[in-house]
Amino acid sequence: MHAFAVAALSAFIAAPAGAADISGAGATFPYPIYAKWADAYKKETGVGLNYQSIGSGGGIKQIKAKTVTFGASDAPLPGKELDESGLAQFPMVMGGIVPVVNLEGVKPGDLTLDGPTLARIFLGEIKSWDDPAIAKLNAGVKLPKQAIAIVHRSDGSGTTYNFAYYLGDVSPEWKSKVGVNTALEWPAGIGAKGNEGVANNVANTKGSIGYVEYAYAKQNKLTYTKMINKDGKTVAPTAAAFQAAAANANWKSQPGYGVILANQPGAESWPMTAATWILLYKKPQDAASTAEALKFFAWSYAKGGKMAEELDYVPMPANVVKDVQNTWASEVKDASGKSLYAVMN
Amino acid sequence: MVDVALHGGAAVTAEVESRSRVLGRLRLTDAAFRNLTRAAALAVLAILGGVMLSLVSGALPALREFGFNFLIEERWNPVTEKFGAIAPIYGTVVTSFIAMLIAVPVGLMIAMFLTELCPMRLRRPIGIAIELLAGIPSIIYGIWGLFVFAPFLQQYVQPALIAAFGEIPILSTLFAGPPYGIGVLTAGLILAIMVLPFITSISRDVFDAVPPMLKESAYGLGCTTWEVIRYVVLPYTRVGVIGGIMLGLGRALGETMAVTFVIGNAHKISGSILAPGTTISATIANEFTEAVGDLYTSALIALGLILFVITFIVLAFARYMLLRIEKRIG
Repeated sequence: MHAFAVAALSAFIAAPAGAADISGAGATFPYPIYAKWADAYKKETGVGLNYQSIGSGGGIKQIKAKTVTFGASDAPLPGKELDESGLAQFPMVMGGIVPVVNLEGVKPGDLTLDGPTLARIFLGEIKSWDDPAIAKLNAGVKLPKQAIAIVHRSDGSGTTYNFAYYLGDVSPEWKSKVGVNTALEWPAGIGAKGNEGVANNVANTKGSIGYVEYAYAKQNKLTYTKMINKDGKTVAPTAAAFQAAAANANWKSQPGYGVILANQPGAESWPMTAATWILLYKKPQDAASTAEALKFFAWSYAKGGKMAEELDYVPMPANVVKDVQNTWASEVKDASGKSLYAVMN
Repeated sequence: MVDVALHGGAAVTAEVESRSRVLGRLRLTDAAFRNLTRAAALAVLAILGGVMLSLVSGALPALREFGFNFLIEERWNPVTEKFGAIAPIYGTVVTSFIAMLIAVPVGLMIAMFLTELCPMRLRRPIGIAIELLAGIPSIIYGIWGLFVFAPFLQQYVQPALIAAFGEIPILSTLFAGPPYGIGVLTAGLILAIMVLPFITSISRDVFDAVPPMLKESAYGLGCTTWEVIRYVVLPYTRVGVIGGIMLGLGRALGETMAVTFVIGNAHKISGSILAPGTTISATIANEFTEAVGDLYTSALIALGLILFVITFIVLAFARYMLLRIEKRIG
């Protein structure tokens, strides 16, 4: 209770009439939902959010330079880096990545792939759609003798990071030859800018395969594939399947909740699920604005779930939210060591 | 009497004083104006120097790490932090070359038509259309290129090119498939459309400035329109035309947004101009926001430095050419 009083008080002192806006920068993937939350939050509380979606790398740079209250990244920072820079990290919202194809006569969900095959396609080893490796997984589908045109992201992106992480997890060859990063040295294919670029190129190019955020596949009515997950079950990309992957993850196993949701166990789990993280200082210089930011995040967890689903994102499971809020209460403090967040039970 | 004389003297001195005051004021404003303009000119130099310095200092870590190999290495691997710049350099030069190959002859022809052959009624509409082309923002060209132009090339033009040159030894490599629609050729074509208005409008203006007396004399001697343009107009306007071409080339070398959309962004040098490639500015625009790590960022800044140097060389070469031409004319 005492901590809450301090937080409320400090917020009051720092935020006179026309409360200062919260500033953040980083990942482009969650930008639509952050914007939607900010809009609703401003209507409710009068506090605005100024979020620049400049990319995860940019967000990490900005928070380290202390030019913003929080940074946002699709790739989690390793524990060592968090400790060195004194940053707290927690997941905010999730989404799914889906392979999309453009094949004559193949409708969404007709085609099934597994991890190793997907990796071999993107390594450029499987060159034609009628390759036995693909045919074996798709007994009832008529596959053309057509060259596979690979489309990948040209700009650095968290989507690429998560996609590559999955391929590296299921294919040792991918791990050694290409690796995992927001930008890669691609063995084959063309690069398109942004999710919309990949979606557009796949829609225009016969025989192509690409990977996009689920929302883009859905909105552009692209032909997504089903995947065979870690448990050997065939799953379609749905919000439920993304949620299953998140529920099965052991969030506590990594510092700063930095669990990559790729290839999670569970019969229902979609293998290419991805979270996006928020970074802020455990001992911020401007305690008041960090407290404001935490209030906004708490509000988003509590009331933003439905809005997230409307935009094809997946809200964090309740147990993870509880853990995150306990972490805030115990780790994020002002200069005098007072907690900047009070857990409301 | 005395009074009057005294008065007169006083009046004269007053007049002299007021005149020297006015002159002094003029001198002061003159000096102030001179210093102001000089400061503006020096500021440009200072800014240029500042840009140079910050590019060099930002590029140093990458140049130290890779040395001269940075210029000849094709690998661009953010995972292992091995970077080489030859693919974007190649892409920059080739797309600009394709653009110039198309835009220079077409642009000059439009300018000739407008100044010498076009009926008066058509002059204004065509002229305005060209000016409008120059006014379209590059992002619009990019989107149009991706959504309209590239699919059109992919369906109709590229398959025809691949089929037509399939049997001829060197050209078959140059136009090797598959037809992606986006690639080096598409980027070159978009750039050609983008720099066309610069070349056209500058050429038209300098063609218009040719004294009618000269042209009429040539016609009087029985020259054809082609001969007048070839032997009177072009020699007279050489400097302006080359200036226009260089302006277009500078624009083509640095164009970012439109190219990023349609070049395919692959860090590879391919023999085929239908294959995806990348340019320096497209690479920087694509990767700068997500470049994590000092070496990666530094490699991108080093690319920027290389572009700066390339542009500088092009401009210097143009100046040198103009000087030679002037000397030859005497």
